[in-house]
Amino acid sequence: MSPLLQIAGLTAHYGDFQALFGVDLTLGQGETIAIIGANGAGKTTLMRAVTGVARVTAGAVTLAGDNITRLSAPDILVCGIAMVPEGRKLFASLTVEENLLIGAHARQGNGFWTLERVQSLFPILKERRHSPGTALSGGQQQMVAIGRALMSNPQVLLCDELSLGLAPVVIKEIYAAFPQIKSSGTSIIVVEQDIGQALRVADHVHCMMEGRITLSGRPDTLSRDAIHDAYFGVSHA
Amino acid sequence: MIWIDTLAQGLLLGGLYALFAAGLSLVFGIMRLVNLAHGDLIILGAYLILTIAHATGLHPFVAVLLAAPLMFGLGWALQTFLLNRVLGNDILPPLLVTFGLSVVIQNGLLSAFTADSQKLTAGAIEAQSMDLGIVTLGVMPVLTFASAVAVVFALNQLFYRTALGRAFRATSDDAVTAQLMGIHPQRVFAMATGIAMVVATIAALYLGTRANFDPSIGPARLLYAFEAVIIGGLGSLWGTLAGGVVIGLAQAIGASVNPEWQILSGHLAFVLVLLIRPRGLFPRAND
Repeated sequence: MSPLLQIAGLTAHYGDFQALFGVDLTLGQGETIAIIGANGAGKTTLMRAVTGVARVTAGAVTLAGDNITRLSAPDILVCGIAMVPEGRKLFASLTVEENLLIGAHARQGNGFWTLERVQSLFPILKERRHSPGTALSGGQQQMVAIGRALMSNPQVLLCDELSLGLAPVVIKEIYAAFPQIKSSGTSIIVVEQDIGQALRVADHVHCMMEGRITLSGRPDTLSRDAIHDAYFGVSHA
Repeated sequence: MIWIDTLAQGLLLGGLYALFAAGLSLVFGIMRLVNLAHGDLIILGAYLILTIAHATGLHPFVAVLLAAPLMFGLGWALQTFLLNRVLGNDILPPLLVTFGLSVVIQNGLLSAFTADSQKLTAGAIEAQSMDLGIVTLGVMPVLTFASAVAVVFALNQLFYRTALGRAFRATSDDAVTAQLMGIHPQRVFAMATGIAMVVATIAALYLGTRANFDPSIGPARLLYAFEAVIIGGLGSLWGTLAGGVVIGLAQAIGASVNPEWQILSGHLAFVLVLLIRPRGLFPRAND
């Protein structure tokens, strides 16, 4: 069976600076993969390239067999890839409920995720629905950002640095929603600096360094040392 | 009693300025674009109503219903094919392009309609008034003010109660993240400018029925509109109405002291408000 999302030889630049060097990655239907790596490894650039925000200079992204590499960001969302951006990026002049509804702006037809289902996944979002999105705590804002992305009923959900700046107990609470998101049929890519968290949720883990994937495998087959080496770019003597 | 009359006339005049300004405020609020051709586009709207009224024999209040969709199309096309190309981090290109557009529209109108003054003839309603006991108000000024309130109310409903309004606000907050929601910012901007031109057409109707107009008066209307937007606080529609009223009141009060002071008083009020509240009367919290 062909993978749902296939990234092949993806290269991206910021001006003269090359941020991605021929990245290959596949995501199967219903699968969750994690991309780990230190700051500046190219994880966020990869997410931005897949969603059409950053310009791709070479390579291809195919979703369910369709080449979506050159599509604009809004069209890629319509194809079925939604992103929870790093730093959450809620709309400041929209309420919590409006932030969720805007996620469904381009939605065509029905799907599993509705306002009610997102609010039952994160009940606090119903309670605070009339508050400005940015008045919530960091963890609650992250819940809005995830809910907002789900509202488009994506085939693929990209989560960029969900745990950044959040307390461990809050991170746990957010990741507790993942089984339900997975059971709705959504395939997930999480980008994490929190290795432990990434290993817990993912079926496959890929480690990035300096714009390349340096290590890939199932969490149970990767040794701590191998991950450490790939993450920090050092070898154990 | 003369003071009450002056204040009432000033308030109603403010409605006209608010109509000039509402479209400008909408466009600025969404895309941070100051359209220097806004005044000329209002005058273009007045000529369009005039042309339709002459060609069809329709009353200006009916002709405006035909002019409005045409002006929407013009605004949409203007944004799609011209202004979207120059919007970016640098604020200078859109200023230069809309300044150029202003010159083009003025000269285009001059070629097409000559420099002769024109007026939209609305018939008996122009001279009608209503006696409220303490003051007597002209029907046209009251209608103008009521239209300004209705326009600002309608734009607010659009902004805060519809999916399009949500997209307007989201794009204004963060255009890159809005794209991740499936919003095409350039299409949103085209809708906004189209709607701004519909409002400009309503402004043109009252401008043209209340006084004479010719191709050269656009920039002065832009100035009043701009002052009203700044006084009200950038991006706040009710603020824009308040800003229009401030200028209208200042002009009426100035004129009652000395008719030569009318225009000057409006500008002085603008400076005064800026001195006391540099961000305007009702600034948006997140600007």
